[in-house]
Amino acid sequence: MTLKLRDLSLKPDLFGTGHGLCAGCAESVSVRQILSALENPPVVALATGCLEVSTTRFPDTTWKVPLIHSAFENSATTIGGVDAAYKALVRKGRMEDRPLTFVVFAGDGATYDIGFQWLSGALERGHKFVYICLNNEGYMNTGIQRSSATLLGAWTTTTPSGDARPGKPEWHKDMTKIIAAHNIPYVAQAAAHNWKDLMTKVRKAEQADGPAFINVLTPCDRGWRFEPEKTMEVSQLMVEAGLWPLYEVVDGKYKMTGARQKKRPVMDALLSQKRFSHITKNADDATIAAIQAKVDEEWDALQALCEMSAAE
Amino acid sequence: MTTTQKQGQKPSSGITLPPAQAINGGEAVAYAMRQIDPEVVAAYPITPQTFIIEKFSEYVADGLVNTEYINVESEHAAMSACVGATAAGGRAQTATSGPGLALMYEMLWVASGMRLPIVMHLCSRSFSAPLNILCDHSDVMGMRESSWPMLIGSSPQEAYDQAVAMPTIAENKSVLLPVANVLDGFTVTHSVERVEVLPDEVVKEFAGEYEPDIWALQPGSTATFGTLDANDFYFEHKRQQVEAMKNSLEVVRTQLNAVGEITGRPMNLVEEYLMDDAEIALVVLGSSEGMVRAAIDQARADGIKVGMVRIRLFRPFPVADVRKALEGIGAVGVLDRAIAFGTPGNGLLQDLATSTRTMPDRPLLMDFVYGLGGRATPKQLFRQAVDEVLNMNETRVEPDEPAYLGLK
Amino acid sequence: MPEQQSSERPLWQQIQPGGIGVNPGSTERVQTGDWRTEVPVIDFERCTHCMICWVDCPDASFEVANAKLIAVDLKHCKGCGICAQVCPVKCIEMVPDSAENRETTDVNSGNGASSESAR
Repeated sequence: MTLKLRDLSLKPDLFGTGHGLCAGCAESVSVRQILSALENPPVVALATGCLEVSTTRFPDTTWKVPLIHSAFENSATTIGGVDAAYKALVRKGRMEDRPLTFVVFAGDGATYDIGFQWLSGALERGHKFVYICLNNEGYMNTGIQRSSATLLGAWTTTTPSGDARPGKPEWHKDMTKIIAAHNIPYVAQAAAHNWKDLMTKVRKAEQADGPAFINVLTPCDRGWRFEPEKTMEVSQLMVEAGLWPLYEVVDGKYKMTGARQKKRPVMDALLSQKRFSHITKNADDATIAAIQAKVDEEWDALQALCEMSAAE
Repeated sequence: MTTTQKQGQKPSSGITLPPAQAINGGEAVAYAMRQIDPEVVAAYPITPQTFIIEKFSEYVADGLVNTEYINVESEHAAMSACVGATAAGGRAQTATSGPGLALMYEMLWVASGMRLPIVMHLCSRSFSAPLNILCDHSDVMGMRESSWPMLIGSSPQEAYDQAVAMPTIAENKSVLLPVANVLDGFTVTHSVERVEVLPDEVVKEFAGEYEPDIWALQPGSTATFGTLDANDFYFEHKRQQVEAMKNSLEVVRTQLNAVGEITGRPMNLVEEYLMDDAEIALVVLGSSEGMVRAAIDQARADGIKVGMVRIRLFRPFPVADVRKALEGIGAVGVLDRAIAFGTPGNGLLQDLATSTRTMPDRPLLMDFVYGLGGRATPKQLFRQAVDEVLNMNETRVEPDEPAYLGLK
Repeated sequence: MPEQQSSERPLWQQIQPGGIGVNPGSTERVQTGDWRTEVPVIDFERCTHCMICWVDCPDASFEVANAKLIAVDLKHCKGCGICAQVCPVKCIEMVPDSAENRETTDVNSGNGASSESAR
């Protein structure tokens, strides 16, 4: 099926209604889009996090697909167990071989931090699954604490802004490139506001001959401090400020996706989120300059990678 | 290609004498795992468990199993993969030791709480620090409250016989809990002994296949595994686990009997030695049985009416069987191979004290800590323990503190 | 699914062991529309049925039939307002969530399915 919304709207929703995610939450938008884009029936593993606690409160569930949650850090390994069981059950003749897509949904806490080792191990072993990081740049489920995905200078409850320290002091981990260094067939960055780009990447990830990873920026209106209706606008500003480039790494080759992306100063994006209000109140703030400089540097490095890939 | 297909044999009606092999406990367990041919094995090497997974890896490399063997990057991942595989609908097994068990501790409770019948072979080992790779029961005691039925064998033969029974206990519909087959590090895992193994097809027929009611890979499945319980259902799910643990006791008895009938080697929840006319007793777990038995023989030769009770089913604790074994016994020495720091009594003593507290003429109890971190406990020390228990039986005074056998 | 939970809580013997959720999509019974302070009003005259609101809705609250937008599921719409922001022809307006506004808009009047479940 092509990625036409009218066609997709004919498919039954695999992710239902009545969940407890916040009004304006980008996670549920992305989950709906991802499940809708998949061509095969999915089996999902879920990491502990907002999505999990808001959609699977016993005896209810929002999901209409088989799903396994077991803990915070291990969803990549959980789906690895599913993949292994699948192969053995088919080999034993206890189950028919059939097209299925194994999918993981995990937050940036579960991906960048506590579950890093589990994910890295599962990728190295080559289980065939699509790992979706729903990246809202913080531990939002436990009340907005910093993660290693949180941007420099951002206010969180564990990096509050004070006189001695203005928000998070460290630059964030470049998880997408770290995953790409595992040399898996498909790696990408996507963002909540660009459904077509995300869905296209999901299709490619599903077709990949091995593990695939998509890091989806899912702005959190509670944690980033913006009004719920602005979710898509903030997502777009992050991309246009070069803070979240949309690209893919197909068999090791880097490629930007979509039209020209970086067309704004980072200040435009930072101003849209009150988590930066302590630094954006002063246009000459040193942290803003540092963010801009680092974004420019990383952007150039990414363009160089893309050019090198195109030249190969 | 399975061994069954290779051999092309059907289960024979009359079991002839099974082939005896000289193998260690680790290989004996791996041998049973091969015969059971679970869908998934996920494990991480750790001394003294390593023998099991090395041997099993050979079976995988030689194409003797259908199993997907996952070389995970940690023990937590091992149990996580088993959780995923079992929820998916496969039979899964793992094996570990001391610190590895500690690393997967979170997942022990997840596996039992999700009611996933995983089999784990636990090669008992001390906990760090200081680092020590040798046997004690710190890990056994460390998981005793995690809602896993736990069987502790005393020899490579028992490790094998129990391994054959384990999946049928775990997967019984009235149980549906993960189970642990405990074999003592080195003394069982590495001891080469004569082990009689069953023909493959007999084990396969006995173990059958995992037939879950709800599984994630079931065509058309829409089940959500691992939901969130708030304060409205968590208590009730824990109460269900209490019942499942209770149910498991008779299931273990039945399945051990069933294996015993096939092998001709009976297995009981509680094994007794010279208890018929005993006046005092030592209670022990696992492979120290051999040395304790020798000490008892010596004491018997010295005219002391002492017997031994070895508890095979450690969880659920077989209270009725233990009470029956200790009926009419005046004093009991409890052999604890781990310390429960800061508690009023070490693990096995606590269990014995609780189990016997309402007996009309309850035996007096005294605790002996021994064998920590692989410390060898020679026969004479257990023989001394018999004397101390004999003395307590005469003075009728229970000591408050444990004795430490072999402490320098 | 039953609209109301039974006042009698199930006993421990009666619930699904292991906490397996066996009612796919059953959070449907939860009335998250209660959270709402503003309600989307669609001007169907101008709606092009492009489905952007449908694909960007966090709560799957746009009801479609035959690739046409037909209603908003007010039982579940949390009133976040993303739809009004992303609509390319700006035919969705967020207005205060009042009985009057719910009743007098196209949201409820044009169809049966959602108005039943709307409060």
